[in-house]
Amino acid sequence: MAQVTTMASAIDDAVDDGDSLYLAGFTHLIPFAAGHEIIRGEYDDLELIRATPDLVYDQLIAAGCVSKVTFSWAGNPGVGSLRAFRRAVEDGVPNPIELEEYTHYGMVAALHAGAANLPFMPVRTFAGSDLIEHNDAIRTVESPYGDDEIPVVAPINPDVAIVSAQRSDEDGNAHLWGIPGEQKEAALAADTVVCCVEELCPTETIRSDPNRTLFTADAVDYVVREPYGAHPSYAQGYYQRDNDAYIEWEEISKNHEDVLEWLDEWVYGVENRREYLEKLGAKRLLDLEVDSQYATAIDMGDY
Amino acid sequence: MEYTDTELMVTAAAEQLEDDDSVLVGIGVPNLACNLAKRNHAPDLEMIYESGTIGSNPSSLPLSIGDPVLASGATSVESMLNGFSYYLQGGRIDVGFLGGAQVDRYGNINSTVIGDYDDPAVRLPGSGGACEIASNAHRTIIVSPLEERRFPAEVDFVTSPGYLDAETDREDLGLRGGPETVITDKALMGFDDDGEMVVESLHPGVTADEVQASVGWKIQFADDVAQTREPTDDEIRLIREELDPDGVYLD
Repeated sequence: MAQVTTMASAIDDAVDDGDSLYLAGFTHLIPFAAGHEIIRGEYDDLELIRATPDLVYDQLIAAGCVSKVTFSWAGNPGVGSLRAFRRAVEDGVPNPIELEEYTHYGMVAALHAGAANLPFMPVRTFAGSDLIEHNDAIRTVESPYGDDEIPVVAPINPDVAIVSAQRSDEDGNAHLWGIPGEQKEAALAADTVVCCVEELCPTETIRSDPNRTLFTADAVDYVVREPYGAHPSYAQGYYQRDNDAYIEWEEISKNHEDVLEWLDEWVYGVENRREYLEKLGAKRLLDLEVDSQYATAIDMGDY
Repeated sequence: MEYTDTELMVTAAAEQLEDDDSVLVGIGVPNLACNLAKRNHAPDLEMIYESGTIGSNPSSLPLSIGDPVLASGATSVESMLNGFSYYLQGGRIDVGFLGGAQVDRYGNINSTVIGDYDDPAVRLPGSGGACEIASNAHRTIIVSPLEERRFPAEVDFVTSPGYLDAETDREDLGLRGGPETVITDKALMGFDDDGEMVVESLHPGVTADEVQASVGWKIQFADDVAQTREPTDDEIRLIREELDPDGVYLD
């Protein structure tokens, strides 16, 4: 059964130096609050895994927590480069990082294999691409049902996955709506799961709409209620994506010293997410408010 | 009406799309092109984004392919696993848009590194879904400014396969489709039966010499090179006033 706790305590319990971590999310519900807590914990030698490393991975890399990144697209979505990631790869600043590189489908297929306890997963991608030569976890096999060769990927099983959803009950049964990305596969593939939610809800709420459940409590070890935990990314129906923050990062991340200064102010300089939000200010949060647009209720039937 | 290179690229890209096509949309020119096509000649164009949103109908311009505006009001929102396996690999996507740092004479695309993989001069974002779009969409459209550094004879790294070395058959590798059109700021190109790029039309005021000077190999020209159609006033008005009113993508 999952334990409801604070972000600091969940990260302290779940994460060790040298772990492989998956901070999940495709643009939506990125666990920034968890990432910042990891930076404050001054962890070392982490392998960061995610299809779409973004600003929070840039921040972890610049803070010197990372020795390897496993990924398929590393950029500032809609804006440009992931500059701290590039500095580490191109110039070894603040330290060199090892890369394990996939395509999006290759990556989620590897997570799927990890979650489903498969030795590998065949994919119709990588053929004709040079990527296959640079990642030993991508190979080809002969189909046992014909004479076709097909690329396969090995399973990925992160030590810890940090996943987010709009709401869960105290056991960790989680409801997510909007873009689900690879949250489910990451949660089910990982050994330890921290589930971050905007709201805690009664189990009856979950049971009233079971098709909206992304993963159930048996996958989850820690439940953390962290409102605005995904800022500057967004939570569908709760707050808007802070596009300005992504555009500002393009400027801040141009050199390593500016990133360190930013980390001093916004990560080391605050105790937790609440202080971060106070520092961000009510006006900025109000600007991210969205109008409500409810889905039509469904009838599950009273059986 | 005066128009920009980007606006011409948007209208040329829109023209490639047919009604009822399902299209994997990218941010920037492809997004504007799809929305333009939908309002003009292809009202039933189905817009799908890499983030898994199916049948998106964005009420405002998304900054990224994972924007909430693409999910709300969509016909379905799929996980990455379902989107890439059932929709793209399953053959349900007609058209995909691709860009990259380098495109070569056979339509192979590099979005991984400039220089050596293990010691790159420039580390680019990587494939994302580009390799699987190039491998599984029924046809792909490449969008890129035409500059010599972007169009070398051979790319530094094949992220997304085009027609490979023109000897290897895509089908033999289990690949579907292939690049159909290359949309640039100077000319439009197609591919011959061997999979090599051929200039099909020049934009107004652009010469064949300028195009040749912008690529790193001796490029083929079609026997009857046409002039690319200019955007109409109506198209320009739609793009500027409705699709990108803040001019985010029109510099």
